[in-house]
Formats: sequence, C-alpha cells, structure tokens
Amino acid sequence: MNIVVCVKQIPDPETPASQFAVDEAAKRVIPAQGIAPVVNPYDPQATEAALRLKDAAGEGRITVVSLGADSARDAIKHALAMGADEGVLLSDPAFENIDSFQTAVALAKAIEKIGDCDLVLMGRAAADWDMGVAPQGVAELLGVPAVTIAKSMTADGSTLTVERVLDDGFQMVEVDLPAVVSISNEFGEPRYPQLRQIMLAAKKTVQVWSAEDLGLEAGETGEANRWLPLEALYIPTVESNVEIIEGDSPEEQAHTLALKLREAKLI
Amino acid sequence: MPGTLIIAESSGGAAAPVALELLAAARALAEQGGGAVSALAAGDAALGRTLIEHGADAVYLTPAGSLDAGFAETAAAAALATREAADADIVLMGQTSLGRDLAPLMAFRLGTAAAMDCMALTLADGRLRATRSCYGGNANAEVTWRGETQIATLKLKAWDALAPDAGRDGPVTAIEATGEQRVRVIATEAAEASGVRLEDADVVVSGGRGLGDPAAFGALEELARMLGGATGASRAACDLGWYPPSQQVGLTGKTVTPNLYIAVAISGASQHMAGMSGSKNIVAINRDPDANMVQVARFAVVEDYKKIVPALIEAIKKLD
Ligand SMILES: Cc1cc2nc3c(=O)[nH]c(=O)nc-3n(C[C@H](O)[C@H](O)[C@H](O)COP(=O)(O)OP(=O)(O)OC[C@H]3O[C@@H](n4cnc5c(N)ncnc54)[C@H](O)[C@@H]3O)c2cc1C
Ligand SMILES: Nc1ncnc2c1ncn2[C@@H]1O[C@H](COP(=O)(O)O)[C@@H](O)[C@H]1O
Repeated sequence: MNIVVCVKQIPDPETPASQFAVDEAAKRVIPAQGIAPVVNPYDPQATEAALRLKDAAGEGRITVVSLGADSARDAIKHALAMGADEGVLLSDPAFENIDSFQTAVALAKAIEKIGDCDLVLMGRAAADWDMGVAPQGVAELLGVPAVTIAKSMTADGSTLTVERVLDDGFQMVEVDLPAVVSISNEFGEPRYPQLRQIMLAAKKTVQVWSAEDLGLEAGETGEANRWLPLEALYIPTVESNVEIIEGDSPEEQAHTLALKLREAKLI
Repeated sequence: MPGTLIIAESSGGAAAPVALELLAAARALAEQGGGAVSALAAGDAALGRTLIEHGADAVYLTPAGSLDAGFAETAAAAALATREAADADIVLMGQTSLGRDLAPLMAFRLGTAAAMDCMALTLADGRLRATRSCYGGNANAEVTWRGETQIATLKLKAWDALAPDAGRDGPVTAIEATGEQRVRVIATEAAEASGVRLEDADVVVSGGRGLGDPAAFGALEELARMLGGATGASRAACDLGWYPPSQQVGLTGKTVTPNLYIAVAISGASQHMAGMSGSKNIVAINRDPDANMVQVARFAVVEDYKKIVPALIEAIKKLD
C-alpha cells in the first residue's frame, strides 16, 4: 500500500498567551523568542497511522509531503525518523501566506505528481489557522472520498474501515481506496523517533518542488490570490477582575466561596 | 438579490439548537441588507414550520437522515441543489460533525472558500466579513471571500435563537437531489449520557490534568449533581483516558456557555478557553495563582483542589 502523509510545520500551539504576539499591520504572527516551531500535533499521528498500515500490509511506500519554508524540512525529517520512506518539500516564495484552500491545491498536485497513491493521511486540522478543510479539499481535487477525524483504522485489501469521533459519540465507516483520511488526537500517541532511525533518516531523500514543478499558474498561488483573504489579525482582549477567595483554612475558603456564589445567585 | 441559505440540522425530528442560532445569524444579515433566508432541513413539514417561525423565509426539505453526521456527500448534493433553487450566495452551517465536512466539501465543489468556526458576521456592500478565532484562540482573524459563494460554519452558542413568531409564513417545499455517497456509514454510536447534557447545563464542573487521578472526577460529579449541572474535562484529562472525549470542553470538544463554570485543576490554555470563555461566571480552583484560568475567573481559590472540593461540597450542603 502506497501512502502519502501531509505534515505541516507551525508555531508551537502551546505557546503561552503571554509570549504570543501579532504584527497587526503585516497580519502575521511574530515567532515567539526561544520557542521552536513544531510539527502540527495531529500530523505525527497521521504518520503513525501510515506506519501501522504499512506494517500490517507488509509492503508499501510512505511519502511525506510538506508545504512550507525551508525549515519545514524538519517536519519531514521527523516523519522520516519515525519510519517514513521519502520526503517532498513544496517550497516557493509564492507559497508564503497562502491559505488552506490554496495549500490543498498544491498538495493535490504534488500527490498526483508522486503518483500511484492508495491513501492520503492528514491531520484533522492545522493548529495555526484551525481550519480543518485541507483533507476534504485534497480528496475533492483528487476525485476520491474523504473520511475525517479518525480515531482508528484497519485495511482489508482495498477497503478501509475507520472509526470516527463525532460531537456526540463514534461512527464506523467503510470506504474503498483510494481515499483521504484525517486523523484526530484520539488516535493515540505517535511513536518517538529512535536514534538509529534518526541516523537512517539522514540518508533518505527529500525532493524539493516549486510551484512551477507542480504546474501551478501564477494566479493560483501567492497571498494576493487567497481564496479566503485575511483582512485583519489581532489578539482579542481579555479582562481580569478576579476575586481571590482568602481564608485561614480550606474549610473557610470553601465556605466563603459558597456564600459568594449564593449571593450572586449562581447556586 | 441573492440570499442566505442555512443548513438546519435536527435530531429526532426536532430542530437542533444550532439550527435556530443559524437562523438568528441569517436574520441579522438580512437586516444589514442581505437577501431572503432559506433553510435546508432533513425532515417533515412540522420541522419546516418551526424553522419558518424562528426566522426562515422559505424551507427546503430533504429526506430524514440526509444531513446526518457522516453523510456529507449526500448533504452536499442537497445543499448545492438548494443553493441554486434558493439563489443564495451565503451558506451558513454549524461547526458540527456534519458542518466540518460539508462546508469544505461544498466549498471545493464550488471553487470557493469556507471560513470555519466563525463567531461574528457582518455584511458590507452585500459581501460577508467573518471573525474567527485562530492560533488555538490566541488570535482573531477577519476574513472575506474571493469566490462568489461565501460559506461559513458558525461557532455553536455564539448567537441567541430568536423567539418563535407564529405569525411568520413561508413556503415549505421538497428538494430533489441525489449524490453519490462513497463513504459507507456502518454504525453510529451515541456517547453514553447520564444526567444533564453538557451543552445544555446551567452549571458545568470541569476537571483537568492537575487532578492527577481519574477517581477525582467522582467528587466533581457529586458537586455537579448537587448544583444540577454536568461534568466536563480538559483535553489533557480526556487524552489520559480519565474522562470520555464526548465530555471534552474546548476547541476540539464541546462549546459550553453555562451561568457558572467551575474549573478544577485546569490551567486555562487558549484551546480550552475556546470552548468555555462564553461562560457567564467562572470559578477557578487551582494551586497556581498565575494560571490563566485564575486570571480570567470571577472567583478563584488558590489551593490544592483535594482540600477545597470536599470542603465546598460540605459548605454548599450547609447552605440549605
Ligand atoms: C490543536 C489543539 C487543540 C486542542 N484542543 C483542546 C480542547 O478542545 N480542550 C482542551 O481542554 N485542550 C485542548 N488542547 C490542549 C491545550 O493546549 C492544553 O494542553 C490543555 O487544555 C491542558 O489541560 P489541563 O489544563 O487539564 O492541564 P495543564 O495545563 O497541565 O494544567 C493543570 C493545572 O492543574 C493545576 N494543578 C495541579 N495540581 C493541582 C492541585 N492539586 N490542585 C489544584 N490545581 C492543581 C496546575 O496549576 C495547572 O494549572 C488542544 C491543543 C491543541 C494543540
Ligand atoms: N503546508 C502544509 N503542508 C503539508 N500538509 C499540510 C499543510 N497545510 C495543511 N496540511 C495538512 O492538512 C491538514 C489540515 O490542515 P488545515 O485544513 O489547513 O487545517 C494538516 O493536519 C496537514 O495534514
């Protein structure tokens, strides 16, 4: 089974609010000092899912694709160190500040160029823009079905059975390959790259493709051609008027809190 | 003038709360100069009637089940046909299991964008502008659309439903559409629910990783029961297997807006806040005075929860 995994490098989503800054004029996030970018947390889970399917099938090739700046090589290397076979970096000045829709177009073109792909695995959403639209987009552009927010998955020949997480429960679905599946955090922890794997990964090839290599026209890429133009970006204000409940003992604090809540008619 | 189409989900034949929120959002756009409000629903004429009373000018009905979670392909066929029939250039739906799939699927089929999880909408010169949170809740983005059709999912509970008006009237018609459903739904399993539903609760007591022990949820459940509320959890607690994911509050979990939200041993990461910052009153029980949850709370007790929660249960018992 040949699988393509899409991984994105993003600013660490656990960056504390106090260190999170925005350049409002440029409508961009200012990278926090000393906090390195990370792989979008759902994407190593997609890599993990790919590795498990390949292990179960006993054959196949896993190609990792990332669209981003040169530093996105690290996201690819991470997946290679987990055990993926080869990488493709989609890198071009024209990809700067594009949206998830344009990204889906570029990813779909790259997957077609890679060729002979049975399954595309992605994360449920990229934790920078929190959109969660690229999986449906890549599927639609490739003309295959998408199954989103997967918790677990098994393959039987060319049929995939996927357990999905819903707002209010779970759902089992079946789909014939080729297909796109997006993975959610409920899938579980991805494996941690071992030293030997990291050394092996250094020898694996990472190709670099430009917009032109993908056959993308000038009108399709670039910030100016976003499908969802960004008009403003800012940090919302939150007020703090907290009343700290003091007391000589936990019992006294609890009693004061109960009285305050009763006074405010909250209980 | 082109109008707004809302995708009205329902459950057991009755309109889902989000369907009525969508109607309120669409009516607000109509008041800003937008066109007529149409609704697509999967059900019968009674459901159609409810939607008209809550703000729809016209309702299109598709067979029951065709807007269920997992059926985005079926839903997309119906929604695309309705968009044409109703002449809508704005399509709104909820940020639900269905909406997360249907919005991007429709968008790519139409060659346009979908803005996800929007919390405010305005109309200027007939074009939509949406505010949505991003970077896990750390930033807000305002977006517009390049394509003609503007698709958005709305954050749950960000709009208040309008009161029903029995005097409103409008056509309720069937819409014919068939779409290939390549994803085969084998089984849908509802999460076990006992007591008050998290989304409907007036009081929510949530626990986080700082509980250190899944058994501690027992005391939180007792507190919630005493207050007639429901129990939630942070994702860290759910990922540890301490509490079911259906009770997770936050960006990737439930959105709750209770009158009282008691956060026990939850730090208040932006992604958690995204699901509960609409709460009217927040109480933080946390031993770290600098925790974000303490900062945003109305009342905070900075102490070990193991001492405070049992004492609070006793103190509340004594109030009555
Ligand atoms: C893409 C993405 C989506 C996410 N979605 C969600 C989401 O939907 N919901 C969500 O909740 N999170 C979500 N997260 C995770 C989020 O970033 C935080 O990691 C998570 O909310 C932290 O959970 P917590 O507050 O329980 O744990 P921690 O951050 O570890 O906080 C534990 C708190 O407990 C306090 N504490 C410890 N011991 C005690 C004690 N004995 N008594 C009192 N207080 C104590 C500590 O002071 C601390 O404040 C998401 C993250 C990402 C990247
Ligand atoms: N720049 C990118 N490079 C590679 N994969 C991406 C990129 N952007 C998005 N993806 C994939 O699409 C998923 C959802 O992204 P989004 O729709 O942007 O939230 C991510 O989890 C990735 O798997």
